[in-house]
Amino acid sequence: MKTFKLGGVHPEENKLSAGAAIEILPLPEKVFIPVSQSLGAPSKLIVEKGAVVKTGQLIAKGEAFISANVHSSVSGKVSRIEEVTDTSGYRRTAVVIDVEGDEWDEQIDCSKEVKAEITHSREEIVRKISEMGVVGLGGATFPSHVKLMVPEGKKAENLLINGVECEPYLTSDHRLMLERSREMLIGIQILMKGLDVKKAYIGIEKNKPDAIDHLEKLVAEYPGIEVVPLKVKYPQGGEKQLIKAITGREVPSGKLPIEVGCVVNNVGTALAVYEAVQKNKPLVERVVTVTGKSLEKPSNLLVRIGTPVSKLIEFAGGLPADTGKVINGGPMMGKALTSLEVPVVKGTSGLLIMPEKESRRMPVVNCIRCARCISVCPMGLEPVLLAQLSENQMFETAEKERILDCIECGSCHFTCPAGRPLLDYLRLGKNKVGIIIRNRGKK
Amino acid sequence: MSILTVSGSPHVHGHQNVKSIMYGVVVAMIPAIFVSVYFFGLDAARVIFISVAACLFFEWIIQKYLLKGPLTINDGSALVTGVLLAFNVPSNLPAWMIVAGALVSIGIAKMSFGGLGKNPFNPALIGRVFLLISFPVQMTSWPVPKALFAPGVTDAITGPTTLGILKEGISAGKTVQELMGSAGFPGYMNDLVGAQGGSLGEISAIALLLGAAYMFFRRIITWHIPAAYIGSAFVFSGILWLVNPAIYIDPVMHMLAGGMILGVFYMATDMVSSPMSPRGQLVFGVGAGLLTILIRVWGAYPEGVSFAILIMNAFTPLINKAFKPRRFGEALPVKKG
Repeated sequence: MKTFKLGGVHPEENKLSAGAAIEILPLPEKVFIPVSQSLGAPSKLIVEKGAVVKTGQLIAKGEAFISANVHSSVSGKVSRIEEVTDTSGYRRTAVVIDVEGDEWDEQIDCSKEVKAEITHSREEIVRKISEMGVVGLGGATFPSHVKLMVPEGKKAENLLINGVECEPYLTSDHRLMLERSREMLIGIQILMKGLDVKKAYIGIEKNKPDAIDHLEKLVAEYPGIEVVPLKVKYPQGGEKQLIKAITGREVPSGKLPIEVGCVVNNVGTALAVYEAVQKNKPLVERVVTVTGKSLEKPSNLLVRIGTPVSKLIEFAGGLPADTGKVINGGPMMGKALTSLEVPVVKGTSGLLIMPEKESRRMPVVNCIRCARCISVCPMGLEPVLLAQLSENQMFETAEKERILDCIECGSCHFTCPAGRPLLDYLRLGKNKVGIIIRNRGKK
Repeated sequence: MSILTVSGSPHVHGHQNVKSIMYGVVVAMIPAIFVSVYFFGLDAARVIFISVAACLFFEWIIQKYLLKGPLTINDGSALVTGVLLAFNVPSNLPAWMIVAGALVSIGIAKMSFGGLGKNPFNPALIGRVFLLISFPVQMTSWPVPKALFAPGVTDAITGPTTLGILKEGISAGKTVQELMGSAGFPGYMNDLVGAQGGSLGEISAIALLLGAAYMFFRRIITWHIPAAYIGSAFVFSGILWLVNPAIYIDPVMHMLAGGMILGVFYMATDMVSSPMSPRGQLVFGVGAGLLTILIRVWGAYPEGVSFAILIMNAFTPLINKAFKPRRFGEALPVKKG
């Protein structure tokens, strides 16, 4: 069975909510929609306080090349435009909408009917995806239409669909592959047409045998799409690792997947693409896993963007008494939240509620030079060295040692027997090296 | 819940920690401890006890009064050094010499560099080499092994090691075949189970390999250093043996006699003082293997394992600089098609 070669770890999977069918979370009274939810330039706000909006109506426009539109996820009245703390912990401008009913924009096809026939041209597909504010739903939130615009001189050969979900606990992609499979497959066909490629591979780790079986039966009807079962290993859902696992190709340092003829999209993104192109539906809701060992009812919820995370936790049985930490995302790469009032955004794939006793880091002792961080690094870096260089502010050397190749998967810190916060130092170093490189460009 | 804990990712941690690794090494050494007590009697237990107690004591007192750092004697590393030092001396070594060896191991080789993880050389080996060059007579008079409770033989009888017999004999003009056929030569089988003269922990290849298998199973050590070490030593000594079997010992005997197995699996693999990348570890192992045979065959001492490992320890920082892990995307031409 295929997998990537270099490094990797095996955290406990803890897929508590794998058997929980997707449920629709009732509408909240208020939503907080951050104006910028994707990678790239901030979007420009186009509604004012007091405006009445419908579900799916554009409220912020992505004007730069790498930026994305944001739509209202509910119908109602814009009561405030204010700074709110978002999932990254920063204060950002958000549109606060008081929910009134659920009136969708007339352009949107709200029927349940699956529309299989793809009538749009390549250009129309790219335009639709851009218009509907579709971004990568795996967590990186890279605007999806940009991935379809292959740079001059490059050629896409393969579309890879990321159904790996290698983060422990998270199951939203797993459920989508089971419950929304046809729409997702049509979404993949649309992406294939948009990229003008003949082959698409859906990579799924073998800890989801039901999804592999289910999709393998279905893909016969969708020419060019192939399911690739993968060995379970973190971080297989990393773009570069997935490309390596499925095609055997390695994306060179500092380059994009298109360099090796690949484009990678998440299964959730494929579904969003289907809805955008076939149903005219902007990205206003997504599936979020709400999970944790002490949580009463680990669930997979279909949630409107902007819903405060406290509403999701309430639906899943309320915040357990022993809660120590709430994480936006999975335990390996997710961000610890500072408040439960932060809104769900396009990049929120899960909420993990960790009990107090699992919330603290282990004590830090001297590095014993065991080199485990080196053997688990999926990028072939030396985390121990890079952390030391960052600590000693030797950023030029860190750059030469390819600190910017770090994908922040956390395998090094996860495996370190001395409990050293390697990734903290690497993040610091990456940040500083990034600044140094930008300043170099200015001279 | 009133306050949420906030920290950077990752939020989960693997199961290994420094303590579990160190105590894992101690567990791996238990079979060899039993064999040493079986063949050398309570004297072996005495040496191990004194060595461990002295190592823990020096770690504690230096940490408390000189470095003024947190208590570290329970992390298991001083315990490992204590047992390894005991493994590297004869069972009749006077107590005060063991204590002196422990002071050098812990005080000079480890704590003076900053304690756990900072030492460039393997502390137990520094202790052993210090004792060997300070007290050459006591460090090379080996009690003859006898099965525990076997009648007739007293502890007072000493004799040479397997490698010692061969080294002496070869320089006196005898052939390897004559020596290995002579009365009193331990032979392959005895070297395997441990009925040979030598340091406490090095005599039984089987007990040491059992512990090594445990360390592999627990993923405390990887195959790189042991494989490269044994491979290069085997090939080098094999070539010499093929050239002239009369004056060169055969490779299998090289593996079983002396401190080869102990050194390869328990000391060359010491994380702190060996290289970090797999490539570097292979270079380290090959170097140590060649040096071991070189010293055994042409050096003044019959045994070369400790010197070989210490010399390669000295090269470790250079090896770390020169042999980087294979970076993702490096040296793999982009496949077309």
